[in-house]
Formats: sequence, C-alpha cells, structure tokens
Amino acid sequence: MTVNPSAKPEFKSASGTALLVNAVGLHARPSVKLTQLAKSFSANISLATSVEGPWVDAKSPVKIMRIKAPKGTTLYFQALGDDCDAAVAALTDLVNRRFDETEDEGHG
Amino acid sequence: MAELRLTGRSASSGFFEGPVIILTDTAATRVSSGNPSIEAEILRKSIESCRNSLVSLAESADGEAAEMLGFQVAMLEDDALAEGAFAAISQGIAAHEAWRDALNEEIKSYKDADDEYFRARAADLEDIRDGVMAELTGSSKKVDVPSGSILFSRDLPPSRFLKIDWSKGGALLLTEGSPTSHVAMLARSKNVPMIVNLGQIPAENGAFLLVDGGSGSVIVEATEASKREFREKREFEAKIDEMAEKAVRNPAVTRDGTSISVMINVADPLELDQLDWVKCDGIGLVRTEFLFTNERTFPAETPQYQIYRRMLEWANGRPVTIRTLDAGGDKPIPGLTIDGETNPFLGVRGVRLSLLRQDIFRVQLRALARAAVHGPLKVMVPMVTVPSELEQTKALMNEEIAALLAEGIPAALPQMGIMVEVPAAAIAIDLFDADFFSIGSNDLTQYVTAAGRDIGAVADLADTMNPAVLRLIGSVAAYGRTSGRDVSLCGDAGGDPRIIPALLKHGIRSVSVAPKLLARAKQAISEVDLGQMDEAMP
Repeated sequence: MTVNPSAKPEFKSASGTALLVNAVGLHARPSVKLTQLAKSFSANISLATSVEGPWVDAKSPVKIMRIKAPKGTTLYFQALGDDCDAAVAALTDLVNRRFDETEDEGHG
Repeated sequence: MAELRLTGRSASSGFFEGPVIILTDTAATRVSSGNPSIEAEILRKSIESCRNSLVSLAESADGEAAEMLGFQVAMLEDDALAEGAFAAISQGIAAHEAWRDALNEEIKSYKDADDEYFRARAADLEDIRDGVMAELTGSSKKVDVPSGSILFSRDLPPSRFLKIDWSKGGALLLTEGSPTSHVAMLARSKNVPMIVNLGQIPAENGAFLLVDGGSGSVIVEATEASKREFREKREFEAKIDEMAEKAVRNPAVTRDGTSISVMINVADPLELDQLDWVKCDGIGLVRTEFLFTNERTFPAETPQYQIYRRMLEWANGRPVTIRTLDAGGDKPIPGLTIDGETNPFLGVRGVRLSLLRQDIFRVQLRALARAAVHGPLKVMVPMVTVPSELEQTKALMNEEIAALLAEGIPAALPQMGIMVEVPAAAIAIDLFDADFFSIGSNDLTQYVTAAGRDIGAVADLADTMNPAVLRLIGSVAAYGRTSGRDVSLCGDAGGDPRIIPALLKHGIRSVSVAPKLLARAKQAISEVDLGQMDEAMP
C-alpha cells in the first residue's frame, strides 16, 4: 500500500501498513523486537499511527513506546535508503506475525 | 529492648528469622560541577555503567526477569531517553537534576496512559531513573547486602532485588510498596517472604527479627517463648503446605467422593500471571473495582474488554465470573460514590449506584458483552435487593448488545446472575430470575448478624458459623439445586478450613477463594466426610 508519495526523490523509498493484532499492542517486548529488527537495516525507517504522522524513528524503543499504541492500531511505515523495500516487508511481517508472541503472555 | 510486633500486608508468604539490614533512601547528595560539558559527560558515563550492570544481571536472569531487564537495557541504550536531560544540562542544570526531571516527565506519560499494560511500565521507567541516579550519586556501590539478610526499606526497585543473592533465604520488609508490584512478583517467584505497608521501621540495624510473610507479621527482639511459637508455626505450616501442594493440582473431592468446585477470587489481573489455571476450576469472582485504582476516570470500553478477554483466555475454557462495579460500602471511589452517607453499607452501593450512573454502567456492560464472545463468561450483579434491579440490568445489557451488533462489533449475552448478600434476596431467592447465584458470605454475614465486619468490638458476632447465616446459605443452595441454577460461595468463609465443613453440610458444592488459599481449601475439603457429619455442627 502506498502511503507517502512525497518522499524525497533522490532516495529510494518504500512504505507499508500493518494492523496491530497482538493482545498487548506495541508494548515493551514487541517494541524491543521491532526496533532490533529495524536496526538491522541501513535505511532510515519511521513509523506512525496515522498517515499525517507524527512520524517517529523506528529504531528508537523510547520513541516507539511513547506512542503507546494499543491493539487494533494501524501502523504506517516508511523507509528511505537502499534496503528500504526489504525493511518495510520485514517490519510489516513481524507485526502480522504478532511479534511471534503467544497470546496468553500477560506481561509484555 | 522489649519485644515489639508489627503488622503489614502480605506480599509473599514464608518464614525467615535473622538480623535486619536497613536500607535508607539514597537522597541525591551530589554537588554539580557547574560545567555543562562535564555534567553531560558524567551523565553519559552513569547511563553507560547502569546499562552495563543491567546487562551482566540479565546474563544470569531467566524468564520474566530477563525480559524486564532486556527492555530496560534497550531503553537505556536509546539516546532519545536522555535527550531532554542533555538539553537541560546545556542550559546549566546539574546532571542529576536534569536526569531526574526528564525521567519523571517520561514516567508521568506512562502513568497517565489509558492502557493498563502501559501504565504498568511506569515502574520500569522508575527503576531506570533510580539506577542511573544511584550511579550519579555514587550510592550504587554503598550497600552490599550479605546473602540471607532481612532487608527493611521504603520500597525496592526490581533491579535492586535481582542484584541480591537470595540463595540462603532472607526476607523483604517495605514501609510502602504493594503486593501487585513487580518486586512482589519476583519475591513470590523466588519464595522470598515479603511484607509491604509496614509504615515505619522501629528496629535498629542488626536487630533480630522473626518474619511471617503469610500473615504479614514481624516480631522485633522476640522473647524465647515467641521464638518457640514462631518455629512451631513454621514447621506446622511446612507440613500442611507439603500435603496441600500435592493436592492442589487435583480436583477437590471430599473423603466420601463428592466433587467440589474450587475457583479463585481475583482483585487484580496481574495476580493471574502468578497462577497456573490447572489448579482451579475457574474464576468465581473478579472484583472490577481494580479498574479504578490507578486513575480517577473509569477506563474506556476497549481497554476493559481487553482485560476481561485476557481473563477468559487465561481460564482456558473454564468459567469466569465477573462482578459489575461494586463501589460504595467499604469501597468508596472518589467522584463516584456518595460522600457523607451516615451508613455507607446501607447506602447507595453496588447495583444501586450502577443504575444511577448508567453512563459508566453501560460502558462496562458493553465491554462484558464483547468479552462474552471469547469464552464462558458469567456476569454477577452485586447488592441486588429486589428482582427489578436484575431485570433493569438485563434490559440494559440487551440494549447494548443490540447496539454493538448493529455497529458490526461481535457481542454475546453472558449468563446474568446475582450476588446473594442482602438478606431480602437470600430469603426470597425464588423471586429472582437469575442464571446463577453467588453467595457473598462476608456481606451476608454482617447484614444477617447486624454486626459490622470492620468494627472490632462486634467482630465475634459477625460469624458465618452463626446458624441463621448457615440456614440462609443452605436454603439458597437447596433452591439452586431444585431450580437447576448454579450456586457458589465467594466470601472469605469459602477458604476458611474452620467453616468449610459447615458450608458443605449446608449444600454448598462450589466455592471461590483467594488464590493463596486454594491449597488450604482443597486440603480442608478432602478431610470432610459428608456421610459422617458432626451432629453438633450448626
């Protein structure tokens, strides 16, 4: 899904969305997993809960936790850089896989 | 020094005796260098060494502790955490003040969150704040706690707890704290006796203490007689626990082979993380007053739904009984219950208040109807006195279900039952068209005996063993059997080995007890022979 057509033309860019379906939302453990995955790419990656933003650095657990996104939130990703396509694909996949968490884990 | 006894709230049971170590609060006594670039460097180094000590702790931790430490490390490694602090330092603020203020702001945003999960993370942020503060003020190296110590402190951050070697036992005594805190969960998982809300520390460093975590009592400088009594109780409880632990994973059965359902009462969803669902037959009472504990506003529909749903998922197909808000009486809620009632126990409480505050009640009913899709949910209405209160509640529930379905939101009608605690309901139980009855023995006892359970001078009168109370319980149980409605009992009496035989004699076949009483209740049930009941028992 195309989200932000206004990305700077001199960089390769990609974007995508994913719905938070795990019970605890973008919580402590999911946030750590997401930022660790984001850091494995060289692209600049940002995340928001609405197309209008505000966009935050997807490699910062502090900023991700500040969003306090509960279950049912749609996450928007945009990435700038050579491996942007792979980054967006991997991150949306992680969210869709419920961060590989089993649902009955209360503490997250 | 004469013997002194203190009582607090139990956070983790167990016995320990030994000398006490008093941890005093590490007030930030640091003096600023006055140079912003030096202050910034000191903060950077303090964050780094706090992170390093958490990393080495994480290496030897497992499970929940490792997850928690991993999260704290990730937060400390993120430059965004200290951005505000470094900005303040460049304006001339001292490193420790800049850090404390920046983190307090961050913590506040967690405490204000709508979602319970995010609110609970405030404690982790406080832990991060205090860890770096300790590095900044140099107090992180001050106290070395020997293994097998009793610690007395105001509160204790989880990371500090994990740094202590508990392999030779020990105990934790806090003047503040809470049984639902992270550190209490850790203490229970490591079998460290812990008592909170002790109020004050009347002992000196090194004083000899006897700690009974289960009853929340501490004896300072005990006499020889008290020591003997303490050790006898420890050995007696160890024997009982050994027998009870063997039985707790099995269904409760009396000696003559009658199955008894034993469920749990839940006052805080976090309790469930500590408990294996196999040990109980479901949740017999969820006190939803916990929804109000952290803030003044009632949580919105979706967060409530998520909490209820998680409880149903935890119970894994076993029934979950959730009581609608039971504010008032001994559970006042600022801004909701009515102040200045001459007798709050006879005032606007339970369903009486809910029907007056339908704005709040409807939100709860909607959340419950949505949760009912996910498992066998039973909704219990408290303080029902006349049938019309139940009928009005059912009508509201049906309206909200229709509205949800019209919006395309999945919803289902749960079983709708009443809490039997008002004598008017217990006596004329056949007039109530409820799906189930749950006897609230605490309030039923105090209303039948006209003796307040919070008034010490009449506490002996407020006894569930009073024949009048037992006869009422017996008649509700009998009506449930003949009309095909489930009856359970969810007061303190259900977990009391002294009262359990009488309840069973009067026809109760299902009880709901505090999780820590599960093993004892099952043990007491297994000793009852319904074919050979004592004739003299009321």
